[in-house]
Amino acid sequence: MNLEQLFYSLPLRLRSFFHANQLDQEMKEELREHLEQQISENRSRGMSPEEARRSAMLAMGGVAQIEQQCRDARGGSVLRNFVQDLGYGFRQLRRSPGFSVLAVLCLTLGIGANAAVFSWLEGILFRPYPAVAHQERLFAVAATVQGESSPDELSWPDFLDLQRDCTLCEDAFVSKITGSTLNIGDHAEGTTGSIVSANYFDAIGVHPVLGRGFEPADDVGNDSHPVVVISDQLWRNRFKGDSQIIGKIQRFNNVPHTIIGVAPKGFYGTFVGRAIQFWVPVSMEETFESGGYKLEDRGARWIESYVRLKPGVSRAQAQPQISAIAARLRKDYPVINRGRSLGLWALWQTPFNHAGELMPILAVMVGVVAFVLLIACANVGNLLLVRSLVRRHEMSVRVAIGASRSRLLKQLLTEGLILSALGTAGGFLMAYWCRHLLVRLLPVGAGRAMYLPGAIDARVMAMGAGICLLVALIVGLIPAFQTRHLDVAGALKVESSSVAGTRGRSWMRSGLVICQICLSFVLLVGGVLLLESLQKLRTTPPGFSTTSVVVTGVPVVAAGYEVARAKTFQTELIDRLQGLPGIESAAFAAVTPLGYATFPSTPIAVDGYQPSPDEQPDVEYNPVGPGYLATLGIPLLSGREFARTDDESAPLVAIVNRTMMIRYWGGQDPIGRRLEVKGRWARVVGVAADSKYESMRETPKPFFYVPLRQDFVREPDLNIRTTQSLQGTFAAVLGEVHGLDQNLALYEMITLQEQVNRSTSAQLVAVTLVSTLGGLALLLAAVGLYGVMSYSVAQSTRELGLRMALGAGAANLLRLVISRGLRLMMGGILLGAIAALVLTRLLGQLLYNVSPHDPRVFGAALVMMAITTVCACLLPAWRASRTDPARVLRD
Amino acid sequence: MSKPADLVQGTLDMLILKILALQPLNGWAISQRLKQISSDVLGVSDGSLYPALHKLEHRGWIRAQWRSSENNRRAKLYSLTALGRKQLEKETANWNRVSAAISGIVRLEEA
Repeated sequence: MNLEQLFYSLPLRLRSFFHANQLDQEMKEELREHLEQQISENRSRGMSPEEARRSAMLAMGGVAQIEQQCRDARGGSVLRNFVQDLGYGFRQLRRSPGFSVLAVLCLTLGIGANAAVFSWLEGILFRPYPAVAHQERLFAVAATVQGESSPDELSWPDFLDLQRDCTLCEDAFVSKITGSTLNIGDHAEGTTGSIVSANYFDAIGVHPVLGRGFEPADDVGNDSHPVVVISDQLWRNRFKGDSQIIGKIQRFNNVPHTIIGVAPKGFYGTFVGRAIQFWVPVSMEETFESGGYKLEDRGARWIESYVRLKPGVSRAQAQPQISAIAARLRKDYPVINRGRSLGLWALWQTPFNHAGELMPILAVMVGVVAFVLLIACANVGNLLLVRSLVRRHEMSVRVAIGASRSRLLKQLLTEGLILSALGTAGGFLMAYWCRHLLVRLLPVGAGRAMYLPGAIDARVMAMGAGICLLVALIVGLIPAFQTRHLDVAGALKVESSSVAGTRGRSWMRSGLVICQICLSFVLLVGGVLLLESLQKLRTTPPGFSTTSVVVTGVPVVAAGYEVARAKTFQTELIDRLQGLPGIESAAFAAVTPLGYATFPSTPIAVDGYQPSPDEQPDVEYNPVGPGYLATLGIPLLSGREFARTDDESAPLVAIVNRTMMIRYWGGQDPIGRRLEVKGRWARVVGVAADSKYESMRETPKPFFYVPLRQDFVREPDLNIRTTQSLQGTFAAVLGEVHGLDQNLALYEMITLQEQVNRSTSAQLVAVTLVSTLGGLALLLAAVGLYGVMSYSVAQSTRELGLRMALGAGAANLLRLVISRGLRLMMGGILLGAIAALVLTRLLGQLLYNVSPHDPRVFGAALVMMAITTVCACLLPAWRASRTDPARVLRD
Repeated sequence: MSKPADLVQGTLDMLILKILALQPLNGWAISQRLKQISSDVLGVSDGSLYPALHKLEHRGWIRAQWRSSENNRRAKLYSLTALGRKQLEKETANWNRVSAAISGIVRLEEA
C-alpha cells in the first residue's frame, strides 16, 4: 500500500478498528435500506406487500453472509488479528510462568547490558555535556607536534588568532580544567573548576540561573577580574542555596572572588569525567595555573579549547581552514611554532579529558554486549523450541481447523514480540540503575567529583526499540522454523529421541547450545586476557618503590602563603619530618608520578646536539626537593642528587634520566654538560634511572629533574618514605604541620601503590565489565546446556530404561550423558577458539604485555568451560542414572 | 460462498468506479444502474455489490457519507475520491488494452 492510499483510507481503518460496532450498525442499516427500496420498487410494480418483501429478499441473498463478506472486505483485520494474537500470547505466557519468567529474565540481561552500554556511549562520548546546545557541531581543538604522538595544548595568543580567523566556526571557547582548595579542616579537599574564555556561557548556550556570565573584558589583564560562576551543586551544598549569593565573596586559591552567577542545575561543565564546580575567566590564569602569567606568552601552552562549527559545516570541511591558520602561525612565529599544526577532534576523541581513556573500553563493550545478547537470544530460542514441541498438538489443531501458515507465523512472532518487549522494558530499567556504575568503578581522590553518566535519550531509546524488534524476530522465528515442518497427521504420533545421538529436530537445539558455548568462550578468553593485563600493569615495576612511600600535600596557597613564607615552611617541615620515628626520608616534588596533575614541559637545547630542521625538542620535567630520588627509590646511575645548596642563588643544575642521556648525549656520561631549560642554561649533575611518569603503559621517554628552589612551586606534593602505617603517618605529619601553623590542614594521604592502582583504574573498569558479562554469558550458556540435556534425558527415558535392562550400570548412563555434553562443549570451544584467535586482537591497546593468543589464557578458559559443562550436565546425568527400568518399560 | 471469476471481479470494481465517476449514488441506485447498463448480462447480485463497495472504500478509492434523501430517509452516499479517479483511469486503460488483445485473438480464430 502506498502512502497516498494510506492517506485516503486511514480514517476508515482507524474507525473500523476503534468503532467496529458502529460501522457494523451502519452496514446493517445500509443493507436494510437497500431492502426497503427494493420492496417499495416491487410494490410500485403492483406486488402485494408479502410478495414484494419475499422477492426483494430473494434477490438480495443471504444477509448474514453478505454482512460477513462486508466485514472481511473492510480493513482493520490486520490490527484486529494482532490484538487477538497479543491477548492469546499473554494467556500462553501466563499458562507457563516458569518459562516466561526465565525467558524474560534472559532477555532483560541481554538487552539491559546493551541499553546500559549504549547509554554510556551516549552520555559519556557522544553527548557528554548535559545542557550544552548542539553538541554534534562541537569539536575539540588541540595542537599536533611533529615527532610527538600525543596532541598538545594551545597558547592564549594562538587561540585568539584561531578564534579571529576561523570563519567556519560559529564559536571558539576555552575550557581548561583547574582546581582550588575549598574545605579547610584537618582534611583539605580539592574542588574542580574550569578556566574559561569570557564567551563560554554564551557559546555553549547555558545561562546562569542567578546573576550573569562573563563579559568580554574578563578575558583581559592579569588577575584583574576576580569573578566566579559557581555550580548548582556548590551553591546548594556550600552556600545552602542562598538566594542573595550574587555579589558575595569567596576565596579561591586565597584570592577573594566575587560570585557573579550560579549555573543551572544539570549543567556539569565541559570536561568528560568531572563535575565542574566553578568557572573563572582566563584573566585569572595566574591564580589557578602554575608557571606564571601566560596570557601574553605565545610559547606558554595551556589552553584546552573547543570550536562549534557553523551549521552544515563538517569537520573535514573545517580542517583545511584550521590547518591554514596553523600554517600562518608557523610562518609568523617560526621559532615558537616550528613543527606545530592544529587539529579538530570529535568530542568522543577529545585528547585532553577522560574520553580517550574510556573510548577503547566502551568500544570493546559494544562487542561484548552484542555477544551477551546473542547468547540470551539463543537461550530463549532454545526454551521456545522445547516449548514448541509441547505445543505441536495445539499448532496442528489450529492448522487443521483452517489457520493459515502465515497466521501461525504471525502468532509466533507476536509471542516473540511480547517476550522481547518485556525484556526491553526490564533492560531499560537495568540501564537506568546502571547509569552511574562507571563512576563507582573508577576510584579517584577525595573531593574530586567524578561524573560519568549514562544518558537514556531518544537515540538510545530508538536503539533499544531496534534491538527489541530484532530480538522479537530471532526469538519468534526459531520456533517458526520448526512449525514449518508441521504435519497434521504426524502430530498424533509419539515422538521419541535418544540421548546418545542427535537425531531429527534436536540438531537445532544442539546447534544453539554450541553457539552459546562458542560465544561465551570468546568472552571468557577476552576477560582472562584483560585480567592478565591488569595484573601485569599493576605489578610491573614502575621504577620507584610503591609500598613504603606515601604522598600527600599541604594547602598553603589557600592559607595565603606567599612565595617566601612557603619556602620557609617547606624547609622547616622537611626538617621536622626527618626527625620523626619511622620516617626514613621526605621530599617535596611539584608533581607525583602517575597522579592526575601533568608534568610541565619545556623546549630544550643541548650542547652538541643538532636537532633536525623540523624538530623542536620538548621534554617534560619535574621540580623536586633534595633527596627526592632517594625517597621514591629511583636509582641514581651517576653523579649526585640535589642538595639544600642547590637553591635560587646557586648555579642552575639538572638531573636527566637514562633515556634522555642516550637520546641527547649519545649514551655518554653527560655530567658537567649544559642543558637549556626555559631559556636558561643549567648544568647536568646526575643521571637517574628511567621510571614511569604519566602512565604505566608508557615506554621509556626522556625526562629530567630540576631543583624545586630553582623553579619554585608554592604547593608541591609531599613524598614520605615511612615504615609506619598510613593512619599513623597521617597523624604524625599533621601534628608537625600544626606545630608550624595551626590553621593548616593535610590533603588525602595515599601510598604510591594506590596511586598506581588509580592510574590503571580504567583497566580495572574494563576487566570488571568484561568479566562480569563473561560470567553472565557462561551462566546463560550453562542454563542452555542444562535445558537441552535435561530435555533429551526426559525424552529418552524409554531408551535409558532399555539400556539399563540390558545391563548398563548407573555409571555408564552417567558417562553417556556427560560425554554428550562434553561433545557439545568441544564443538563450541573449537569454534570459539577460532573466533577468539581473530577477535582478541581487537582488544588492542587494552592488552598490556600479553599476547592476544596466549595459550595459557586459552587453556584457562577451556578449563573453566569444562567445569561449567560438567556442572550443567551433572543433574540431568544423575537423573538418567536413576532411571527405573521396570517402571519405564511397563509404561 | 462462490467467488466470481477474477476478470468479472476486477470488472465489477471498474464498473462501480465508472458509475460513481458520473455522480455520487447510494448502494441501491448503484445496483439499479448496473442492471440498467449491463442489461443483466453480468448478473451482479446485490450480494456481491456490497462487499465490493466496502472493499473499494477500504482502499480509499471511494468515500461514503450519510445524507438524508428526498423522502427524509438516511442514505449512504458513495462518491469517487481523487485516488479512485486515478485508479479508474488506470483500469480503463488496462481494460482497453486487454480487450483489444482478446478481440484480436478472437478475430484470428474466426478467419
